[in-house]
Amino acid sequence: MQFSSAIFVLFLALTILLYYLLPKKWQWGVLLVASYVFYLSQGVQYIGFLLYTTVVTYFTGRILSARAKKEDDFVEANRETLTKEERKAFRASEKKARFRILLCGLVLGFGLLILLKYTAFFAGGVRDIVTAFGGASFKIPSLLIPLGLSFYTFQSMGYLIDLYRKKITAETNFLKFALFVSFFPQIIQGPISRFGDLGKELTTPHTFSAGDFSAGLFRVAYGFFKKLVVADTAMIGVRYLYEHTDTQQGIYVILLILLYTAEIYGDFTGGIDITIGISRMLGIRLAENFNRPFSAQSVKEYWRRWHITMGTWFTDYVFYPLSVSGGMQKFSTWSRSHLGNAVGKRLPVYFATIVTWFLTGLWHGAGWNFIVWGLLNCFVILISQELQPLWNLFLKKCQKLSGSGFFYCFRAARTFLLMGLFRSLDVYKDVPLTFSLWGSMFTTWNWGELFSASGLTSFGMNLWQLLVLGAGILLILLATNLGKKTPLWDRLASRSVLAVALSACILTLVLVFGSYGVGYDAADFIYGQF
Amino acid sequence: MEKLLEILSSLHPDVDFSNAGDLIEEGVLDSLDIVTLITEVNNTFDVQIPAEEVIPENFSSAETIWALIQKLDEE
Repeated sequence: MQFSSAIFVLFLALTILLYYLLPKKWQWGVLLVASYVFYLSQGVQYIGFLLYTTVVTYFTGRILSARAKKEDDFVEANRETLTKEERKAFRASEKKARFRILLCGLVLGFGLLILLKYTAFFAGGVRDIVTAFGGASFKIPSLLIPLGLSFYTFQSMGYLIDLYRKKITAETNFLKFALFVSFFPQIIQGPISRFGDLGKELTTPHTFSAGDFSAGLFRVAYGFFKKLVVADTAMIGVRYLYEHTDTQQGIYVILLILLYTAEIYGDFTGGIDITIGISRMLGIRLAENFNRPFSAQSVKEYWRRWHITMGTWFTDYVFYPLSVSGGMQKFSTWSRSHLGNAVGKRLPVYFATIVTWFLTGLWHGAGWNFIVWGLLNCFVILISQELQPLWNLFLKKCQKLSGSGFFYCFRAARTFLLMGLFRSLDVYKDVPLTFSLWGSMFTTWNWGELFSASGLTSFGMNLWQLLVLGAGILLILLATNLGKKTPLWDRLASRSVLAVALSACILTLVLVFGSYGVGYDAADFIYGQF
Repeated sequence: MEKLLEILSSLHPDVDFSNAGDLIEEGVLDSLDIVTLITEVNNTFDVQIPAEEVIPENFSSAETIWALIQKLDEE
């Protein structure tokens, strides 16, 4: 059951009806049943993995929370008798004990993810080494990868880390916790929510609000437009270009970068719009995952605007814990005393940054292309950080230029193209091939070929599809610009009739211009496979 | 507090940390500075600033950093 299928529309309508018509105390129950029906519809074979993660996280969470409560109760009860040093020592030893519990949960949770998603990749590496040294090759079994595994694993492990940090208390109701892990609009491609934000939202009764419902409906319609009109139309060209890399080089690499940017933007932001829109129709607010990413002036800023919940997950749960860990603190002190302040203070942070980006790449997929993609992002961020003082000086010296609209657009375009270039690793997959194709942009001068009479239809798309894509992108640009200060759906929340009418118009556009039906199998979301 | 101001000044001698606010928003302290600062604070004040406390609100000014140190010392 895909978001863009007729059966999903029926399923959603029935869920919403039951959600609002049945007594409010049953609302979260309706969502839980709907979530499991939805996940089962993706494949019965996946359900065991979801249940495993839910059970492991739930019980580890209960143990963590109970231990933290015991610690706090003991300190409170003995506050007068314990000295400050004794209190600190007790807290430190309890923290270590809680860390061991957390570690067990993380090993069990991430263990499944690593086993299913990365075994083939690592085993392939081992096989390459073995055969390179004359050993016999061996067959690697292909394992089942459940849909949304990375998303629900990261959300669940984030819950455990937050419990360890005492930022939240454990959910005691197993079924309510199961809903947090499996909530159907977000299970396939996020956003990766925090229990502190979503836990209560899911289980608190919600009264029907015409404003929220119509705003959510509008956002769902807009998401379908992005996905089915823009992303899936762009995909036709992208698919042709990467299937014909022997001839489609030079200008066609730039074309692929542009088309794939349109595809991934429409696909991922469209999918998230549908997710957040459906949730809002149910009165549930989810974390935003995007904030006009293509207006970013630098790669660092881009990552504060694109896939925000994944970025903050890695910052909060990998980068900072690694940077300020005991071992890294010792390393920092040592490196500064032995290598000087300038180099010494950089090493630990650079190490943590490289590890974070390596893992971010690996999160996207078990392949060298994703790892190289992550490390390229890391490289640009670190270089930018080093050049920052020089850049600041330039901005100060050339205030007229740096404050101009032209310079703003130039920086946004530069970031846009750089991120698009790196993203092409996702499409071409093979790293040496990608590098050679990047090189062809400077060696194969075939611009005239593309802009000739037949050139525009030489990459798998006809003129009609190009027109639809162009018009779709223009409409998105217009909508983004109109919603710069307040998103369109929020502006429409107080005008329900207009919101519903506009949603109907958008859905009509989707029906007429969308890429679906016989001959298309594009409705799957790209991030669903991550 | 004076010791903390000394540590902060060693990171950016040109900034008047006793009056400066919005250190994160204004981009005065970046991730490099924060990690160095945490190492120095941990060594100087015998506290352990954990990762969960590395949030903009705790590092927005010398006062908020000082408040964090005191909170961790009292726990």
